[in-house]
Amino acid sequence: MGSTTSNLLYLVTIICFVLALRFLSSPTTARHGTWIGAAGMVVAIVVTLAHHGLHVGWRIPVGGAIGAVFGAVGARRVKMTAMPQMVALFNGVGGGAAALVSLAAFHNLAPEPGRLHGDISVSIIASALIGSISFAGSMVAFSKLQELIKGRPITYPGQKFGNLLLLGAIVAAGVAIVAGSERQWLIVALIVGALVFGVLFVLPIGGADMPVVISLLNAFTGVAASATGFELHSNALIVSGALVGASGTLLTMLMGRAMNRSIGNVLFGAFGTVHAGAGTATSYEGTVRSVSAEDVAIMLSYAQKVVVVPGYGMAVAQAQHAVRELADELEKKGVEVEYAIHPVAGRMPGHMNVLLAEANVPYPALKEMDEINPEFPQTDVALVIGANDVVNPAARNEPSSPIYGMPILNVDQAHQIVVMKRSMATGFAGIDNPLFLDPKTAMLFGDAKDSVLKLVAGVKAL
Amino acid sequence: MSHYAQLVVELTILVLAVFLGVEVISKVPTLLHTPLMSGTNAIHGIVIVGAMLVAGTAGADTLTGWVGFVAMILASANVVGGFVVTDRMLEMFKKREPPKKDGG
Repeated sequence: MGSTTSNLLYLVTIICFVLALRFLSSPTTARHGTWIGAAGMVVAIVVTLAHHGLHVGWRIPVGGAIGAVFGAVGARRVKMTAMPQMVALFNGVGGGAAALVSLAAFHNLAPEPGRLHGDISVSIIASALIGSISFAGSMVAFSKLQELIKGRPITYPGQKFGNLLLLGAIVAAGVAIVAGSERQWLIVALIVGALVFGVLFVLPIGGADMPVVISLLNAFTGVAASATGFELHSNALIVSGALVGASGTLLTMLMGRAMNRSIGNVLFGAFGTVHAGAGTATSYEGTVRSVSAEDVAIMLSYAQKVVVVPGYGMAVAQAQHAVRELADELEKKGVEVEYAIHPVAGRMPGHMNVLLAEANVPYPALKEMDEINPEFPQTDVALVIGANDVVNPAARNEPSSPIYGMPILNVDQAHQIVVMKRSMATGFAGIDNPLFLDPKTAMLFGDAKDSVLKLVAGVKAL
Repeated sequence: MSHYAQLVVELTILVLAVFLGVEVISKVPTLLHTPLMSGTNAIHGIVIVGAMLVAGTAGADTLTGWVGFVAMILASANVVGGFVVTDRMLEMFKKREPPKKDGG
């Protein structure tokens, strides 16, 4: 195939990808978008196979088949509650692939002096560096979400300094390569250093900040793919990578804003500021009122409007189906049920939406924060299921609180509040929640799923 | 086209693509942010083109061959897994099935 024809066909791929994202603007068209995107990918693969001078051999089909089987089986088998780690995993392998492509490109271009243009070596280094960080970081994020390693921030003395030193060394290796020292070991050292940096970079970040990290790593892989495009002179890669990079960056900024924290604070916060903040937080005094599931069932059945506020606790307990069942029972009794979704509830952007969609909750019932907050004063019961920091009124009224200024769901304005919680433990941020001591608040202790099932039985019995 | 002329064209494409990306992505509702992440994951699977070019280098030495082979596995897992997961997610987003047939 001539290069003009193949470039035109790669343009088809680009158009398909842009349309895929365009169709994501509405849930009714989104699925068609995915198919269009997949079709674009098939076009790109076929065009590349027909590439002049490509030696297909066994590596492309065998490697492709192994990857496809892994990808398909993993994607089919994974439970919806494990979605964040799956997204992290697929993000990581993409970054890894970009880094390897750059390693090979350098290996093949470098030996003859003068064959490597400055811009190409910059692209190679960018793609190797960012791709490796994305790969290693995503694997750590995956391990944290899969609970292979603990989700709490892991810190040690001198962490910040050590990381800076490492980053400095990696950048120095990169500069040496661009300056013309085209030694193979330099790129290998750069990749190894970037892998270590990726691990060290994500390790200290806690579970609740995962939405930011995953979005950022997503952007990284996009940038790595785009850089790979410069290396290979492939417009398809440049554009696709740019689209992903833009998307990841936007999501990262959005998540940061939803937590009222700068991205820097999220990424490096565990190194000190959060601990310092948590120490000065006010301790609240008062009594916690515990209620039985039967009482809550009665309260819900006689309400006119109930707002469910899900958090990561609902995901952990896999309570989404039970929640939907409860909503169905309540709706049979004429109770209006809506869901209040905080942007950073869960472990990735939009996590709660996917879980509730899995449980067949119709998406028009899922309300964003700005949409639902004015409705809390007219809400009879706010049912908080496994959420803590995102409903903490201290973020609104307590300037000394570490989460002060973070936009929250104003559940404290509802007539009555029921909080489902496993125990009185503090949330991720390690701060007390005055909501639990509010006279309007009743606590229902226990596993979220068990509690919700008891509520379903209670509501049915009435 | 000279090398640097090509670079300028590619940079132009990059910048325009970033603007396009920001425009298109900002229209995606919060509701679909997880499928967006997963969908963009699938899209960066386009590095499979690079992996194929490396794995299919004619007369490749051992290192290139194996690096290409591993890159091929990773990129292919990225593409297939990305699209399948996204499709699975989007399949779940429904409006309530209307009890009686109506267009809304």
